[in-house]
Amino acid sequence: MAGPAASGSAGTGYRSITGPLLLPTWVMIGIFLLLPVLLMTVYSFLTREFRGGVDWTFSLAAYDRFLLNRGLFGDEPPVLEWTYITIFWRSIWQAGLATLICLIVGFPTAWFIATRPAHSRALWLFMITVPYWVNLLIRTVSLRFLLRDQGPLNDALIGAGLLDSPLQIINTNLAVQLGLFYSYLPFMVLPVYAAVERYNFALSEAAADLYASRWTTLREIVLPVVRPGIIAGCILVFVPSLGAFLAPDLLGGAKTYMIGSLIEEQFKGSQGNWPFGAAVSVILMTLVLIVLMIYARAQGRAGAH
Amino acid sequence: MDEVVGVHGVVKRFGTFTALAGVSLTIGHNQFFTLLGPSGCGKTTLLRCIAGFEDVSEGTILLEGRDIARLAPNLRPVNTVFQHYALFPHMTVAQNVAFGLKMQGMAPGPRLKRAGEMLELVHLSAFADRFPSQLSGGQQQRVALARALAPQPKVLLLDEPLSALDLKLRQAMRVELKQLQEGTGITFIFVTHDQEEALTMSDRIAVMSAGEVRQIGSAREIYEAPVNRFVAGFIGETNLLPVRVGSIAGGMARVLLPGGHPLTCPAADAVPAGSPHVSIRPERMTLVPPGTGDLDATVDRLIYLGTDLQVQARLADGTALHLRLQNSARATPPEAGSTIGIVIEDGAARLLAD
Repeated sequence: MAGPAASGSAGTGYRSITGPLLLPTWVMIGIFLLLPVLLMTVYSFLTREFRGGVDWTFSLAAYDRFLLNRGLFGDEPPVLEWTYITIFWRSIWQAGLATLICLIVGFPTAWFIATRPAHSRALWLFMITVPYWVNLLIRTVSLRFLLRDQGPLNDALIGAGLLDSPLQIINTNLAVQLGLFYSYLPFMVLPVYAAVERYNFALSEAAADLYASRWTTLREIVLPVVRPGIIAGCILVFVPSLGAFLAPDLLGGAKTYMIGSLIEEQFKGSQGNWPFGAAVSVILMTLVLIVLMIYARAQGRAGAH
Repeated sequence: MDEVVGVHGVVKRFGTFTALAGVSLTIGHNQFFTLLGPSGCGKTTLLRCIAGFEDVSEGTILLEGRDIARLAPNLRPVNTVFQHYALFPHMTVAQNVAFGLKMQGMAPGPRLKRAGEMLELVHLSAFADRFPSQLSGGQQQRVALARALAPQPKVLLLDEPLSALDLKLRQAMRVELKQLQEGTGITFIFVTHDQEEALTMSDRIAVMSAGEVRQIGSAREIYEAPVNRFVAGFIGETNLLPVRVGSIAGGMARVLLPGGHPLTCPAADAVPAGSPHVSIRPERMTLVPPGTGDLDATVDRLIYLGTDLQVQARLADGTALHLRLQNSARATPPEAGSTIGIVIEDGAARLLAD
């Protein structure tokens, strides 16, 4: 009896040490992760208080407003509300496009850095991150200044004789796209760099040795092997782009309205609607979760081999 | 000799460093050819030049008469077994083996059949659907072999493929490699720094140092008739004794040994103007009473090696010398500090170029 007890206490002894040590982690996850999500979910089912804030009465009004249109006075038969679905759809394709462009630009950049001599890689990575020491708001405002009708870009193009009148960039999807791309590029470069740096270039030699051309080697060997890095980069760009509000607010116009701005507006001043903002957030988060779960499933299936 | 590979005056420079300083050699059909040398001698660089992973700075590399020195690696009908195998981690064993065939445009049916045959050849049929990470080092090695052999290359290049394996496995793989080479009839070019590996498997060996080929020949030629001090010293153990050369005629030289005793021995074609040496293998000398042999020496130390006894001795002028005697019940070993006479077996000494 003493034997199993002794070995048992040795096992739990190890655990009883790690248990308390993990407490800060659990407190952090609880306060900064679970509690906010829980609060937001609860708020989305409450009633709007007109001076901002919420009235603690259960209501489905927020979700009803998102999905259904009951007319101006709320007494018509409900039809599907397209306003917010359109905004969601626009956000998804803007974020998707930003992710794609970040990948197209970020992959060669990461590849270039990872194939430099070891001592100069740190310098290149440093240079990638330098612009991001400046606050995102200031960078986005600066971009607005650069792109506006009488801004340096248009002045230069007209000065060079390439254009007669200023190109309208600001308040277009292009401007929002530029803003998103510029904001989140390093989130693509860094994980892809980490994956390419670990890549064993003997694999490329082996592929070439076995009659694969450069493009085939890239497609059949390099991309599958560095895939985890690419997927991590895509998630890190896509998710914040989806909820971005600075770029669409400052660079876009009414036609480029995105979810981030919609949510932001609900919590601003007395015009806001906290339950509705919370409901949109919950819907957005659910969407992101579904995408991530599909990814985790695919990874799990690939890893099971 | 039917030539498959002809390397002619190949020079390879990395910046100011010359890795290959004008290498020429020819390799015949169905040969197990070994590039042997210490690390940094240029053997791997030469292999990578033949594979196409390095551009040559000068010279030509002929494959069945066609210059391939400037072709991309994927256009050369040679395949490589890499030192650390370089198996594709995201593909199964069968997919790895079939990859070269797929790139050559073979249809899925035939190429999987061929991959199956290759796996049978290396005794890995049961592992076709595993991933490389699920295999042991020796199994990965065999997958790499099967993958490189599957497209039936004109030449198979092997870059120290056994160096990552443990001793037992390495010895077994030597035999297996030689059998594979004979079974397939493909010319193997094998790079190693391990002389024992080279001697066991090779039909011909090129000994390299400092970017140059120092000697090419069969294992026996290289061991028994080294042409210079580097080869004599690198392959096996040897004694190098400084001598004075009297005359050379018809490949035989008359020389004076350190003790003043004359000796007639085979000479390499080119005899140096500098300080000539003879090479004598430690096992090709016998003991006699002092004063009656070719050399007299003082015993420094005896080392028991199981089957052999190593005698470390010193000549009167201080030149160190070691002998290997077979341990037998009849022979009485010399004692440390005693003086011994040494007879050099006929043909055992060889005058070397510098």
